[in-house]
Amino acid sequence: MTSSPEPEGSQGPVARVLDAADISRVVGRISHEILERTNGPADVVLLGIQTRGVPFARRIAVRMGEIEGAEIPVGSLDITMYRDDIRLRGPRPLEPTEIPAGGLDDRIVVLVDDVLYSGRTVRAALDAISDVGRPRAVQLAVLVDRGHRELPIRADYVGKNLPTSLAQSVRVHLSETDDVDEVLVLGGGA
Amino acid sequence: MSVVLRSARPYGEEPVDVALENGVIAAIAAPGTLPAGDLEVDAAGLVLLPGLVDLHTHLREPGREDAETIETGTRAAALGGFTAVHAMANTQPVADTAGVVEMVWRRGVEAGHCDVHPVGAVTVGLGGEHLAELGAMADSAARVRVFSDDGVCVSDPVIMRRALEYVKAFDGVIAQHAQEPRLTQGAQMNEGALSGLLGLAGWPAVAEEAIIARDVLLAAHVGSRVHICHLSTAGSVDIVRYAKARGIDVTAEVTPHHLILTEDLAATYDPVFKVNPPLRTEADVMAVREGLEDGTIDAVATDHAPHAHEDKDCEWAAGAFGMLGLQTALSIVVDTMVRTGRLDWRDVADRMSVRPARIGRLGDQGRPIAVGESASLVLLDPAASWTVDPTALASRSRNTPFAGRELPARVVATFLRGRPTVLDGALA
Amino acid sequence: MRHLLSTTDLTREDALLILDTAAELARVTDRAVKKLPTLRGRTVVNLFFEDSTRTRISFEAAAKRLSADVITFSAKGSSVSKGESLKDTALTLEAMGADAVVVRHQASGAPYRLAHSGWVGCSVVNAGDGTHEHPTQALLDAFTLREHLGDLQGRRIVIVGDVLHSRVARSNAHLLSTLGACVTLVAPPTLLPVGVETWPCAVSYDLDEALEGADAVMMLRVQNERMNAAFFPSTHEYSRRYGLDTRRAALLSDDAVVLHPGPMNRGMEISADVADGARSVIVEQVTNGVSVRMAVLYLVLGARAEDQGGLLPAAEAVPA
Repeated sequence: MTSSPEPEGSQGPVARVLDAADISRVVGRISHEILERTNGPADVVLLGIQTRGVPFARRIAVRMGEIEGAEIPVGSLDITMYRDDIRLRGPRPLEPTEIPAGGLDDRIVVLVDDVLYSGRTVRAALDAISDVGRPRAVQLAVLVDRGHRELPIRADYVGKNLPTSLAQSVRVHLSETDDVDEVLVLGGGA
Repeated sequence: MSVVLRSARPYGEEPVDVALENGVIAAIAAPGTLPAGDLEVDAAGLVLLPGLVDLHTHLREPGREDAETIETGTRAAALGGFTAVHAMANTQPVADTAGVVEMVWRRGVEAGHCDVHPVGAVTVGLGGEHLAELGAMADSAARVRVFSDDGVCVSDPVIMRRALEYVKAFDGVIAQHAQEPRLTQGAQMNEGALSGLLGLAGWPAVAEEAIIARDVLLAAHVGSRVHICHLSTAGSVDIVRYAKARGIDVTAEVTPHHLILTEDLAATYDPVFKVNPPLRTEADVMAVREGLEDGTIDAVATDHAPHAHEDKDCEWAAGAFGMLGLQTALSIVVDTMVRTGRLDWRDVADRMSVRPARIGRLGDQGRPIAVGESASLVLLDPAASWTVDPTALASRSRNTPFAGRELPARVVATFLRGRPTVLDGALA
Repeated sequence: MRHLLSTTDLTREDALLILDTAAELARVTDRAVKKLPTLRGRTVVNLFFEDSTRTRISFEAAAKRLSADVITFSAKGSSVSKGESLKDTALTLEAMGADAVVVRHQASGAPYRLAHSGWVGCSVVNAGDGTHEHPTQALLDAFTLREHLGDLQGRRIVIVGDVLHSRVARSNAHLLSTLGACVTLVAPPTLLPVGVETWPCAVSYDLDEALEGADAVMMLRVQNERMNAAFFPSTHEYSRRYGLDTRRAALLSDDAVVLHPGPMNRGMEISADVADGARSVIVEQVTNGVSVRMAVLYLVLGARAEDQGGLLPAAEAVPA
């Protein structure tokens, strides 16, 4: 259902808060910010969190590569087995975890996700990373920060801060998975 | 005490008043024409049949009084409309001596809910090797006429031949539990595609049919009568039909559960559906109904087999074989044979009372409903229905396969030689 | 999926989900930290009424890699050998807070009974019941086959030996055909169950013919107690007609593999040089067993009480 721009059932109004051009600008800005903060791409590894963090991370990696003329290692991380809500939500199919060939040890790992909300996904991702290697530092890049954190976690790079109510939901659509680039806010009269 | 049944319908026919006195039917007259009795029973709309006779009951006493006693088993019998039951010999100790059969018979008399006719074992300890003292049991106070190693097949053809011959001296009959033992080692359910799928060792139809074929030929050869217990397959019906056509003196019984239940219940792995012979296929169910309808099968016999809770509340392989039957038998026959138009009420009386009494050589059971005949009778409400609640059954055990099932027809009253054993559906 | 009792309960989607999950989990084995926190705080009880060291150890390893607490309860030296019933044992384990019971039992249907009798509320995983099924063995066989052959659609797989008494054969016949493979059962007619023609497989009495161009062959163990029970005249004759030797293995297609659920009777159903040969994936089967069982425990224990049907919860919302 996530590929449909129509809201499900009774969720009320839909607002498009980012369109394709906005998302492209965000990718460019975050790419520059990462390069600036990490003093060049030498030790940087991007890890996209499954599922929509992965295409977002790839886009950033490509843009960083264009800027620097070097290939930026990018991988994917499935955090399903590290979630704390299996009992509540039931099991899900696993997506691939691909760690770039150089590994994570002593690298600066930039975790990339589409939406930052409670912080629990990032907490699970940090646990997952620590089982795979020992990075020098871990940073976080997100397309949208919608607030309502439940853990002491913040993003280093934010595409857009999006104040929302708990009644609303945020949908990110990326062309790799959904044929269209956009961020929608559903419901709650936003 | 005199009893008058008002507007009862003998065999489901025209209503009459029936007076019972001194153990016999004293009068039959048009409704409202008989003087009042000590006990008046409003039988309007109820069907009157001769009291049911079960050829095949396990009362478990002596030995497994935790599963059933003669007292509790005969209560269940009376509530199910029976006025006589044959108590199988596979007790502990086995009923293979005059002492044990007399004890069972006497307990039955003391309980008083229905006549209890002990079945004597054919061989000592059901061991299949040495004939038990059949004559002593026949001559005892219990007057045993039916002999069976039920639970075990008399598989040795020589022992079977001798037994068939020997009981001729006192007009006895061997009731064979037809199960070729080598073909059924470890058997758990009907052998077929389903047993292969469930991984349960198969009990092939041929193991029953081969023994029946052998035994009818043996009976013909030695000129004896033979009775086939709980026949369960289409092939068995064919063999008995063939034997009867040839004039062989064979009789056969079918259980209520084989008239209605099929093997697919084994897929639940719930041992409440585990029984010997096993539940068969739909085709077999139709064939035994057909056989009961055309008279190839003489009798419905319950094979009432109570088992303690722990012997059924377990995995399939560990579960005991057998099901309760006394209180549900009549309803199952109504459901499968009367409602389907295969039998009328006279036929029901024939298959559940007249012929079983004749096979067991019971003089005063299974008699016509006529003046001067023994007043062992059952009144049933053909229009009623009831839901089987295992905890509400009179048996000490709960292993009915019909739990929660709604069944047609209810026993309202049972009379044993003029004395009510059940009134208003409860023990009198 | 609250329970895994039989491969006949699995749809193609269910089976693929288990196998795909197992494939992801297999990669954990290559990491420095071979443990996942997924089932932390959950208790898995291995209830083994029958000796089976390899299956028990495999389930133990799987549960431990998912951080579950594991209690192993073997018939030997326990109250089971003193005549305690399946029910009482189950009630004891339930009282100890088991979230899942992995049960191996000599009675066909014992796991089904455990799952449906109301004795316990936890999940039940069948680790082999009587002559019924051994679903995780079939899943690990399918996993191993997929590693070598890719998609099993249309692949020809031959299962040889005592199908009648084999829970491995039952589970594989159904699972592999659910996955699209063309399965042929080969056995002497005495070792095929009545009604085998209703199974979703072909049946043959001629091993050479069945092996011609096949993509895989699975040899079943011949139990000692069958050898003297008139199922076949002699072990020699069995071996000659139904044993896999080098000559027969050469009939297989070029990239075909040889499986055996173990333990093997070398020289009986399989010759030593085939068992140890290049086509043999028998050791891989053991390794893959752990990943497949991790996937099963994850999917079964992750299931919510109301999810009686498919493996996955109905709603597939993916909140951030």
